[in-house]
Amino acid sequence: MDFQLSEDQRALRAGIRELLAGRFGRDRMRAAHEGGGGVDRALWRELGKAGFFALRLPEAAGGVGLGLPESVLMFEEVGRALLPGPLAATQLAAGVVKGAAEGEAVVALAEPGRPVEHLDGADALLVLDGDRTRVLTGGVLRRVVDGARPVRSLDPGTPLWRVPGLAAYEGEALPDGARLRCEGALLAAAEQLGGAARSLEAAVQHAGERQQFGAPIGAFQAVKHLCAGMLVRAEPARSAVYAAAVTGDPVEAAGAKLLADRAAVDNARDCLQVHGGMGFTWEADVHLRLKRAWLRSGQWLTAAEAEEVLAADLGHSGAGGCRAHACDATDP
Amino acid sequence: MDLAYTEEEEDFRARLREWLGSVLPGLPGKPDPGDWPGRRAYDAGWQRLLYDAGYAGLHWPADAGGRGATPTQHLIFLEETERAGAPYVGANFVGLLHAGPTIAAEGTAEQRARWLPPVLRGDEMWCQGFSEPDAGSDLASLRTRAVRDGDGYVVSGQKIWTSHAEVADWCELLVRTDAEAPKHRGISWLAMRMDSPGVTVRPLRTLAGSTEFAEMFLDEVRVPVSHLVGAENDGWRVTMVTLSFERGTAFVGEVVACRRTLDALAAEARRSGRWDDAVLRRRLGRLGAEFRALWRLTQWNVSEAQASGGVPGIGGSVFKLRYSEARQELYEAAAEVLGAGDALDLDREWVLDRLSSLSYTIAAGTSQIQRSIVAERILGLPKGR
Repeated sequence: MDFQLSEDQRALRAGIRELLAGRFGRDRMRAAHEGGGGVDRALWRELGKAGFFALRLPEAAGGVGLGLPESVLMFEEVGRALLPGPLAATQLAAGVVKGAAEGEAVVALAEPGRPVEHLDGADALLVLDGDRTRVLTGGVLRRVVDGARPVRSLDPGTPLWRVPGLAAYEGEALPDGARLRCEGALLAAAEQLGGAARSLEAAVQHAGERQQFGAPIGAFQAVKHLCAGMLVRAEPARSAVYAAAVTGDPVEAAGAKLLADRAAVDNARDCLQVHGGMGFTWEADVHLRLKRAWLRSGQWLTAAEAEEVLAADLGHSGAGGCRAHACDATDP
Repeated sequence: MDLAYTEEEEDFRARLREWLGSVLPGLPGKPDPGDWPGRRAYDAGWQRLLYDAGYAGLHWPADAGGRGATPTQHLIFLEETERAGAPYVGANFVGLLHAGPTIAAEGTAEQRARWLPPVLRGDEMWCQGFSEPDAGSDLASLRTRAVRDGDGYVVSGQKIWTSHAEVADWCELLVRTDAEAPKHRGISWLAMRMDSPGVTVRPLRTLAGSTEFAEMFLDEVRVPVSHLVGAENDGWRVTMVTLSFERGTAFVGEVVACRRTLDALAAEARRSGRWDDAVLRRRLGRLGAEFRALWRLTQWNVSEAQASGGVPGIGGSVFKLRYSEARQELYEAAAEVLGAGDALDLDREWVLDRLSSLSYTIAAGTSQIQRSIVAERILGLPKGR
């Protein structure tokens, strides 16, 4: 067992971090959030060229041939950089939707009861509707867009649309919707993990610089313990997300999403608290991370659904016993 | 990232599993929780079985009499013994997990030869003489004095929260050998025989009603200078070695135990019909996520330790913080599963465990101390108060 990143995985992560730092640094990130959102098509294509969307397609099909763990590492960087857009849905639709693998197409995600992000700029719509998983394109998609109405979005980087009567629209059915949902949840969890880690870094940096009562506020136990709490939230979530990426186990993925959602939201809130009055301003980036964390929470898999998945896995053995799969070598 | 175990590791697991299957059915019944001599004999017997089978001191270095196993093998050992319902380390806890590794790391050849083999064989038990009534979290404020007199130290003072003191043969004792030095610099680490004249042990009753720890009074106790581990006045550094072992590995097996407890709790809820309560069911599901994540964090920490040469890292503090709280949340959920009547019944094992879980955010460094450690040593925030 070697549950550490391989050299290749480190290099991959460094590569995407560098790409995003160069093409989506703080100024670009702020501009993207001030301009009402919208997908940056040029950057989307560049990500496509770098293999971001084709990452998991087999090499024979023109893909990079890597796995879920590598995807997760890349989405963590997306989360750190606060890059908006339906990146997970697009990566998962690569190979199904024409142009998605190359970064030429944007695939938005539609779930019952939730507004759709970036619908106006989407080339295809991935609909998760219970067991019916399908892709809408062309004329059907245009009818969906015509029937949708924009929502004043909580997240300034993410335009949202309400789509009524989604069940009525037919599209290309996708097999194995459960797997798709599980993987989408895991990629969203990875994004949340990146956001949670970035919130922690921002809080620690601010606490080390901001002076009050003649000392950096990070010297005060109250602030210190807030920051420590953020790490204690992020690290178990990180282990959970990485492990779920390795095993691909849906119960483990549900746990990972649950913990990563909470780490992203609560770390952003604690980061805001550490920033004090500054944290409550539009100028500070803190609110953008909190709003994105709220947006991603429950996307693909809500907390209630995740908890039910985890609960269903418990307690089949009788008191004190140990279920067959719980005794599995890697999974006590 | 590779969670698969190597062939060698799977071999190790298979052999261990087979051995556990052959030896556990023949074990005597567990003694009564209040019967300390009985518990010592039981724990010593288990340790002897481990020793004879070659599993004693698995994670100790080979030149200290251990097996020099990798952290992953140690993890497999803890996983398999818990899975099989094998006895806990019990009264051997301090010897095997604190004092032993410290002597292995810091002791002289003579000291290692004298003290380590009896720990591995289960012949001698150790207790921990660190905390004092006025020096708990602020351990370096300890006042127990050791004055040099010829070839010995004369030790006087009082220790508290001395686990297993009643049945211990030896005590890893922190004493002040230089009252003038800054508080961290005047401390020494001594091995003291518990039957030395001047040692008085008085059991303390915990809020759970048990007597697993004690207060200890030291009245001019003579300890040979040859029982000093590490240099005189260098005991603080030696202690940090001990504590890194404690925080790094001491709680690993208990995550597995919590997973089992949670499973048992869910089974009980399904039987009693409380499972239909979605709030409770989801709460148990959430705990499932917590203990799965803690198990994965353990694997992460172990992999990291293995990559960096086997020294338990500071990541143990992160683990300990979350684990100790999750364990308390587990027993709060247990009380809800049991319901108003049974949650008050001390004959239910869960009720006793709920009480015991209260010590977890205090023992081995309070959560508040751990958070300060995390903030200063991992996150690099400035020292302060």
